[in-house]
Amino acid sequence: MSTQKILRRSPARDPQMFRKETFWRILVSICGILIIVLTLAIAFFLIYQGSTTFTQNHHSILEFLFSSQWNPTDSPNTAGGQVGAAIYIVGSLETCGLALLIAVPFSIAAAIFMTEINPKAGTKIFQPATEIFLGIPSVVYGWVGLTILVPFIRDVFHAQMGGFSILAAGIVLAVMIFPTITTLSADAIRSVPDSYRKAAYGIGSTRWQVIRHIVIPASMSGIFSGIILGLSRAFGEALAVAMVIGKTRAFANSILSPTTNLTAEIASDMGNTANGGEYNSALWSMALLLFILSMISIILIHYISSRKEKTHGA
Amino acid sequence: MELKQGSIRKAKTVDHFMTGIFYGVGGFFLVFLLFLAGYIIIKGLLSYYPDLFSFTKNGIGNQLFNTVYLVFLALLISVPLGMAAGIYMAEYAHDGKFLKFLRISIESLSSLPSIVIGLFGYLVFILMTGMKWNLFAGALAVSILSLPAITTTTEDAIRSLPKGYKLGSMALGATHWQTIVKVLIPTCTSRIMTGVLLTAGRGFGEAAALLYTAGQSTNINWSNFNITSPTCPWNPFRPGETLALHIWVMRTDGSLNVHAADIANFSSAILVILILIFSILTRVLSRRYERKIGGAK
Repeated sequence: MSTQKILRRSPARDPQMFRKETFWRILVSICGILIIVLTLAIAFFLIYQGSTTFTQNHHSILEFLFSSQWNPTDSPNTAGGQVGAAIYIVGSLETCGLALLIAVPFSIAAAIFMTEINPKAGTKIFQPATEIFLGIPSVVYGWVGLTILVPFIRDVFHAQMGGFSILAAGIVLAVMIFPTITTLSADAIRSVPDSYRKAAYGIGSTRWQVIRHIVIPASMSGIFSGIILGLSRAFGEALAVAMVIGKTRAFANSILSPTTNLTAEIASDMGNTANGGEYNSALWSMALLLFILSMISIILIHYISSRKEKTHGA
Repeated sequence: MELKQGSIRKAKTVDHFMTGIFYGVGGFFLVFLLFLAGYIIIKGLLSYYPDLFSFTKNGIGNQLFNTVYLVFLALLISVPLGMAAGIYMAEYAHDGKFLKFLRISIESLSSLPSIVIGLFGYLVFILMTGMKWNLFAGALAVSILSLPAITTTTEDAIRSLPKGYKLGSMALGATHWQTIVKVLIPTCTSRIMTGVLLTAGRGFGEAAALLYTAGQSTNINWSNFNITSPTCPWNPFRPGETLALHIWVMRTDGSLNVHAADIANFSSAILVILILIFSILTRVLSRRYERKIGGAK
């Protein structure tokens, strides 16, 4: 509080100084407000563009979410096609589910290794290594997936469509989200109070017993936050998935068959459809869906962390 | 007694077994990263051919220039804006509903998929202005992407400074703003720089946000110095495909260029090398920051 008093008093003797103070204060405040305006603007435009499918073109939300009949008309001001996006949605769900299935056990094990088993190597080697993993651009992951993984799947599993498959997309996504989950899980594990471990060791537990019965349960909410964040990242990833998924508009009948997903469809068709047409609007609706999902993930993370605070308080 | 002995032995065996598994996962992790980075870099360098650095259709000179120019423009927008917002949050904003809402906005912004940001950029900077794909729209999209990170780094950096810095400066008669500019910001410059470098690194590799903003082609005439001309390299209002986007385009339009695979390999290698350099730089910077703050104690 004392700093505030000094602040109020000292510039008052020099009006020019005071003016400068106010000027900069207002300027940085405007920059803060600008961020809010920007976020609201993005939300507004997405809702505005994405809702035309349902308001102007009179499709039901249920049709968009659950029908697989995708045949929107691509010219301005005509409607009457079908905008069932189920194939894209299911494609996204399948690839992300597979990615989680691969990445989660591995990430948690890596997080435990770098915190509980070998913390020295954890901070010296693993931390920077995860950062590098995080930094590699998604197109590069996509390109490596395209040049190594896809031919590999083609040759080993004799997949149709030359290896473009859910499996390839799932593996690429797993590699991309695993640093996120690892970093957040490691942070959660580190924040478990040391007294918990000492108490468990004191009654004769082995290290694995401490990890399994004390450390993992105590850091569960942080690990969950990491998984949700990883999932939302996987859902929004566009180009890497588009490169290896095969972009075939059909439900996949096995893990080795190609399909398509929301982001790949948006990335490939947004530029070549007529602006304002039914096709274009349907793509915006998909973008709106991505936006809503990313908002839900944020709400979930907040919910988890607030629940954790409550249980810790009790 | 015997039963107990057995269960202890069993617990110990399981413990050893699990330790082995964790070492295995840790080792696999490192080997995988080394393999991945090594593969990308070595394969990229092996794909080199003499024209690769040229500013022609077969080279990546133009794309490399566009990437650097675009990231530079993006930082020019996002660094002052993000730093100002960070200063506001750390020094001026009162704890309350507004600050909470601002934090939620930043969090939402940072978690949005980059393709969604790209679409927003496409709508607002391209469709609504009636312009063609241009580098400046791309720079704006990338600056939206990097804004949250720069803001939060600045805020955290200022907040983590010892209270004595601010109090000392003000006790000497400096105003609040003078304290911010002359004391607080200079002290945490290297930490803010770390954040800026990280976001710059992300900008270099960004592609999804640029797909429909910066455009997927580039046409530069290096002897053209008329900045309003669409082929002048320095004109920000021209289509400016970046290196990361070039990899994507080489995949789709691969058949048009016999060197497509080589170009994509080499571009990937350059991007990964850039990421490595940036990550080493940030390490050095943050170590310097820690020493500086540590010495002040």
